[in-house]
Amino acid sequence: MKKTIIALLTLAIALPVYAEETITVYSARKEHLIKPLFDAYTEKTGVKIQYITDKAAPLLARLKAEGANTPADMLMTVDAGNLWQAAKEGVLSPVQSDTLKKNVPEHLRDPDNRWFGLSVRARTIVYSTERVQPSELSSYEDLAAPKWKGRLCLRTSKKVYNQSLVAMMIARHGEEKTSQILEGWVNNLATAPFSNDTKTMQAIAAGQCDVGIVNTYYFGRLQKKDPEIKLALFWPNQDEAGVHINISGAGITQHAKHRNAAIQLLEWLSSEEAQQQFAALNMEYPVNPKVTPDDLVASWGKFKADDLNVALAGKLQTQAIKLMDRAGYR
Amino acid sequence: MHEITPDNPILRPEARKGRLPGRLNKWHYASGALALLVAIPLLVVFSGWLQPDTEIWSHLAETLLNQLFINTIKLVIGVGLGVTLLGVTLAWLTTRCDFPGRGLFDWMLMLPLAIPAYVMAFVAIGLLDFSGPVQTALRSWLGVGHYWFPEIRSTGGVIAVMVLVLYPYVYMLARTAFLTQGRSTLEAAQTLGYGPLEVFRRVALPMARPAIVAGTSLALMETLADFGTVATFNYDTFTTAIYKAWFGFFSLQTASQLASLLLLFVFISLMTERATRRRAQYHDTMRSGKPTRFILHGWRGWSITAALSLLFAIAFLIPFIQLCLWAMESISEEFDSRYFGLLYHTLLLGLLAALLTSACALVLGFARRYQRDRLTAFTVNIANLGYALPGSVLAVGIMIALTQSDHFFHRLTGLLGYNTTGQILGGSVFALLIAYVIRFMAVAHGPVETGLSRIRYSLPEAARTLGARPREILTRIYLPLIRPGLLTAMLLVLVDTMKEMPATLLMRPFGWDTLAVRIYEMTSEGEWERAALPAITLVLVGLLPVILLVRKTLQDR
Repeated sequence: MKKTIIALLTLAIALPVYAEETITVYSARKEHLIKPLFDAYTEKTGVKIQYITDKAAPLLARLKAEGANTPADMLMTVDAGNLWQAAKEGVLSPVQSDTLKKNVPEHLRDPDNRWFGLSVRARTIVYSTERVQPSELSSYEDLAAPKWKGRLCLRTSKKVYNQSLVAMMIARHGEEKTSQILEGWVNNLATAPFSNDTKTMQAIAAGQCDVGIVNTYYFGRLQKKDPEIKLALFWPNQDEAGVHINISGAGITQHAKHRNAAIQLLEWLSSEEAQQQFAALNMEYPVNPKVTPDDLVASWGKFKADDLNVALAGKLQTQAIKLMDRAGYR
Repeated sequence: MHEITPDNPILRPEARKGRLPGRLNKWHYASGALALLVAIPLLVVFSGWLQPDTEIWSHLAETLLNQLFINTIKLVIGVGLGVTLLGVTLAWLTTRCDFPGRGLFDWMLMLPLAIPAYVMAFVAIGLLDFSGPVQTALRSWLGVGHYWFPEIRSTGGVIAVMVLVLYPYVYMLARTAFLTQGRSTLEAAQTLGYGPLEVFRRVALPMARPAIVAGTSLALMETLADFGTVATFNYDTFTTAIYKAWFGFFSLQTASQLASLLLLFVFISLMTERATRRRAQYHDTMRSGKPTRFILHGWRGWSITAALSLLFAIAFLIPFIQLCLWAMESISEEFDSRYFGLLYHTLLLGLLAALLTSACALVLGFARRYQRDRLTAFTVNIANLGYALPGSVLAVGIMIALTQSDHFFHRLTGLLGYNTTGQILGGSVFALLIAYVIRFMAVAHGPVETGLSRIRYSLPEAARTLGARPREILTRIYLPLIRPGLLTAMLLVLVDTMKEMPATLLMRPFGWDTLAVRIYEMTSEGEWERAALPAITLVLVGLLPVILLVRKTLQDR
């Protein structure tokens, strides 16, 4: 018994010893979307990177609890809201870097430089090419019009992508008008909201409804599997604010032990060298304006994107959820 | 009542049932220590009340809370009735009746345990929703709108899926209970003129009550804590509100407050159930050989075979085949040499957790057996609460407790003049194992306790009279007699640990990825097809202990 206890204690103490040149990343972005880039970076510079993946909220709780003892140098998430919250809770520290300022457009990073976007995710309208003419479509707001009664499919309001979309609508239109739009959407629903974008699109393809709102890379995945699928993307709000976008991005932690090395990694991730692959791995759009998207992604056409700072998505998220709850949007 | 033997607590319970103990002994300390281990992270969760956030509460109360309560109650009643009816019926059929294929169904009916609930949910929706293959086929034969089909994304759908994945808890515990019921009792009942149904209803069922209740409580705790399944159905329960508060409103405090209400509810239910059976004893006084089975002849037997085949197909075969089909699509891009590492970590963590948790459960079981006072009932119930919390909330509670102990250690060494930093417990394998023990104590405790409750007190007493030492009584009387229960406990914990996601994700040491982590990576953005390969590996690995258990319990008979 004694031996076991000693062995376990030794194990507990011996395990978390890290080599000095190892950057530690807490990532809400999935392993297979980051590992190829980390591997490339290690090969190029010799700097090792270790990471754990989890949802953003538990990772943030862990960062807070660990405080000054955290092994993490970088936090990576798949939406702006969680980065905004991490910054608000004080676990991210500002980074003054001309490279990052040059590579990442202003509306895709924190005004206080605590986090930076690394890829852009566009949330747009998808429609059935059999039952909808693109000329019938115009904007997110228009999907609340009576002509879409019983023809709309949506993903659940619990997903942060929808919360960000509605947060940005609040920023543009204010609460009252946004509420009316949400109620219109709920009235037009053909069926209860789905748990994911793929299901939403499958329902449209199968004829349960005619239009929906999805992130483009989910559409890309379906299209890759079935190039004949009778769905197409529509870029809404082109005469107004533009298509709603979100980011996946990262920031350097307050108590980073390898701050400079981590900043260099972040800069590299925003560089032309890394951006193409970073975005292409998940069929997203690069943040770096000099880099062009993947061929399939480019084939969906160019669009005007909303240029409000994505930090607003975090700031207004609570308000957005409340409006959606009140409108009965599950 | 028998004479009290205070010098010999291993033999008889104190006669002070239902009172506070007069004197504390080693069982109080042991169960107290385990309860404390579980209580610390729970206290972290309860500490959410220190910072009340009335704004979110009033919003929830205004908009969602009513519906959430109604949904949760519907789910609990539906799943509770479903798993109990299904689990007990199946256990009775396979242990006490005979029909074609009985030997096969005996173990096959345990297999759905290996299928994670969220996988079952996804397969069910994938197959049966409007855009799924079943309805698509119906549309092409009958035309749009010319057929009726039940809506799978509904209360009934969630309940059905949960019952299918959770009934094995009841089945396995009831099965062990029926298997260990002695021949004489049942035969006495038959001599009195009872038919199979009456023997079941009036003798076997009441005797198996602790086991059935234990199984049903496990299933219900898992139902209350479940997030993956209800999220796939977009069905709003109390747990949904917990995650909404945390992930949506960024308020871990409110999430903790909601979670602690859930805990309180479970705790009160557990205490109430205990209170209603405090006086009853469930020892089998005439344990003697294998009872005869009721043989179901002809069409009766075959209709049972047909019904069980259908159930097995729905609960295991169809989801399994669907997983295989998906796995074949993605095997070339998914399979690589790292798979062996995943497998190794999964098994190692599972086995260690199974051993450790069962050992702790055994201590709790003995404590409960020998100290039938209120304090022990209280501590044992506390120690079992980890299973009732939503996984992520518990994981965060444990993580915070462990990192706080790290901070404490650093302050301590600082005072002593040493300067240490970094993680000590946090992020270690040890920490992860503690988390599993806390989470799955109830899972191991159920079968262990029902196993113990069947051993009458006079047996170890007799051994004692014959001069056996306490150690010998343990190894030669208790362990052989509770072996089926202990094995069931280890199997359940092993399978549950291998499927466990939130604690593994949050607390695994760097590089310690498991199959469940891999499943999370793929499913977190809806790539279910790519998750099929790790999911199938998980199911296959989970099958090995199931088969082992069945062989063991068969030998025991």
